[in-house]
Amino acid sequence: MQYLLLIYGNENHFDKMSPAEIGTIHQEYMTFSKSIATSGHMRGGNQLDRISKATTVRMREGKRLVTDGPFAETKEQLGGYYLVEAKDLDEALALAARIPSARWGSIEVRPIIQHDMPS
Amino acid sequence: MDLEQIYREESARILATLIRLLGDFDLAEEVMQEAFAVALQQWPGEGVPANPRTWLVSTARHKALDLLRRRTRFETKQEELQKLAELREHLCELEDGPQEEQEDVMISGALQNGGLQSDDRLRLIFTCCHPALRTEAQVALTLRTLGGLTTEEIAKAFLTPVPTMAQRLVRAKQKIRDARIPYRVPPRTELAERLSAVMLVVYLVFNEGYNAASGDAVVRGELCTEAIRLGRLLCELLPREPEARGLLALMLLHDSRRDARISASGETVLLEEQDRSKWHQGKMAEGLALVESALREAPPGPYSVQAAIAAVHARAENASTTDWPQIAGLYDVLFRLQPSPVVELNRAVAVAMAHGPAVGLRLLDELEERGELRGYYLLPAARADLLRRLQRWPDAAKAYRQALVEVSNEAERRYLNRRLAEVEAKIGSLGFSR
Repeated sequence: MQYLLLIYGNENHFDKMSPAEIGTIHQEYMTFSKSIATSGHMRGGNQLDRISKATTVRMREGKRLVTDGPFAETKEQLGGYYLVEAKDLDEALALAARIPSARWGSIEVRPIIQHDMPS
Repeated sequence: MDLEQIYREESARILATLIRLLGDFDLAEEVMQEAFAVALQQWPGEGVPANPRTWLVSTARHKALDLLRRRTRFETKQEELQKLAELREHLCELEDGPQEEQEDVMISGALQNGGLQSDDRLRLIFTCCHPALRTEAQVALTLRTLGGLTTEEIAKAFLTPVPTMAQRLVRAKQKIRDARIPYRVPPRTELAERLSAVMLVVYLVFNEGYNAASGDAVVRGELCTEAIRLGRLLCELLPREPEARGLLALMLLHDSRRDARISASGETVLLEEQDRSKWHQGKMAEGLALVESALREAPPGPYSVQAAIAAVHARAENASTTDWPQIAGLYDVLFRLQPSPVVELNRAVAVAMAHGPAVGLRLLDELEERGELRGYYLLPAARADLLRRLQRWPDAAKAYRQALVEVSNEAERRYLNRRLAEVEAKIGSLGFSR
C-alpha cells in the first residue's frame, strides 16, 4: 500500500544554519533516499520551494480566486514529501521516523487511495 | 450448559481470532453473533461440543464465507472483488489445512517469542491501543472488543451521547482498516512503549470508574470490574512483565476500599477516616501478593511503585499506624519515574503526614506558585486541609472555597462543603471577621 509522507517544518530552521550544517542535512537526506530506494520503498520525493513562492487557487461559485501564499499560515510549513510503498502503517511510520526533518519538524503519514490513473 | 457463561469467558478470544482471520472488526463481530445464535439453537439438542471455542470459530468462518459469497455477487469494483476472492481463498485453505495450524491459532500455545503467547487477544489489545488512534478511541475500542461492553454501556459510562460514541468506534475501525494498522503484537523493540499505552488505557478505564465525576454508581463499579478483568488478562498474556502485575495490584488495592469510600449521605470518606472493616480482604490479599511479586523484579515501574504505596496503606491497621515516611519515600521514587506535578502534590501530602503540616504546606505553596496545577481542585483542597490542621481558619476557608469552585465530583463537593462549614464555624466562634 502507498503512503505519502508529508514533511512539515519551520522554514526558518535552516536560516540560522551555516552552509556546512545545511550540507550535512542534505547528505542525510541523500543517504535516506538512497536507502529506501534500495529497500524498494521509494516511489518518489521532492523538496518544495519556500511558502513565499506558493500560490493558492480556489474556485468559488464559478469564480477563480488566486491568493499569494500557502493554504494556511502555520508555524510549520510543508517543505517536502516522499511517496512510499509499505506493507502497513507501522512500516510507513518507521520510514517516516527516519526522515531527518522528523527531528525538528513533523511528518504526516497519509494513506493513498488507489485509483487507476492514466500514466 | 450455560451459553451465556461461555459467551462471557470466550467471546473476546473468539472475536480476536476472527478479526485475525477475516481482517475486519465488523465482519468478525457479525459472524460471531451468528455462530452463537446457531449454538443457541443446536447445542441444547445435540449437546455442547468437546471444544466449544473451536466449534464457534469454525461456524463463524462458514458464516463469513457465505457472507463473502453474497457480497461478491453485488461487488463491481475490481479491487474489492480481488480482496473478497483472496479472503475466501484464505478461509477455504484454513478449512482444509492441517489441524495443528488451527490448534495453534486457537489454543494459546506459546509462540517462542520471548515467552509471548500467540493469543489473539494480545494482538487485539495492542491493535486497539495503537498510538495512531486517539486515546479516547483506544479506550472505547478496547472496552467494546475485549470488554464486550455495548456501545450504549460505554457511552453511559463516560457520560457521552451514544451517537458520539458510536461514531468514535466507527472512525477508529475505519482508520485501522484504511491506514492499515497491522494486527499484531509489536516487535520487541517497540514493546515497552506500546505496552505502556495499553496499560494506560486499562488504568484510564479503572480511574473513570473509581473517580467518576458523577453518574450511576453501578456503572462506575462495572468499569472498575472491567478494568480489573483486563488487568488480569494482561498478566495472563504477559507473565514476564512485572508492571502488568503492578497495575493489577494497584487496581485491586484501590478497589478493595470501594465500600468504605462513600458515606451513607453520599459524601467522600477520606482514607484516614474509613471504616477498615469494610475493606475487601480478598482483593487486598491478592493485591498485596501481586505487589510483592512485581517488586521482586527490580527496578520497579510507576504502576508497581503506586501499588507499593497503596500496599503500605492496606497493611496499616488504622490511620495512625500508617508508615507515612515510607510512603513519602516511595513518592520520591515515583517522582523520579514520573516527574509530574500531581505526583509532587501527593508527595507533599505524604510529607505533611510524616513531618507535620507546616513542611507539607511549604511544598504545596511552591507548587501553587508554579501554576502547573491551576484548575486542579485537589491542590487547594490539600492546602485547605493542612491550613485547617494548623488552625489557620481564614486561610483554610479561602482554600476550601477555591477547591469548591473547581471540584466536579458530587461526593467530594459534599466533603469540602462540610469542612468549610466547620472552619467557618471556628471563625465565627472566635469573632474573626471574614
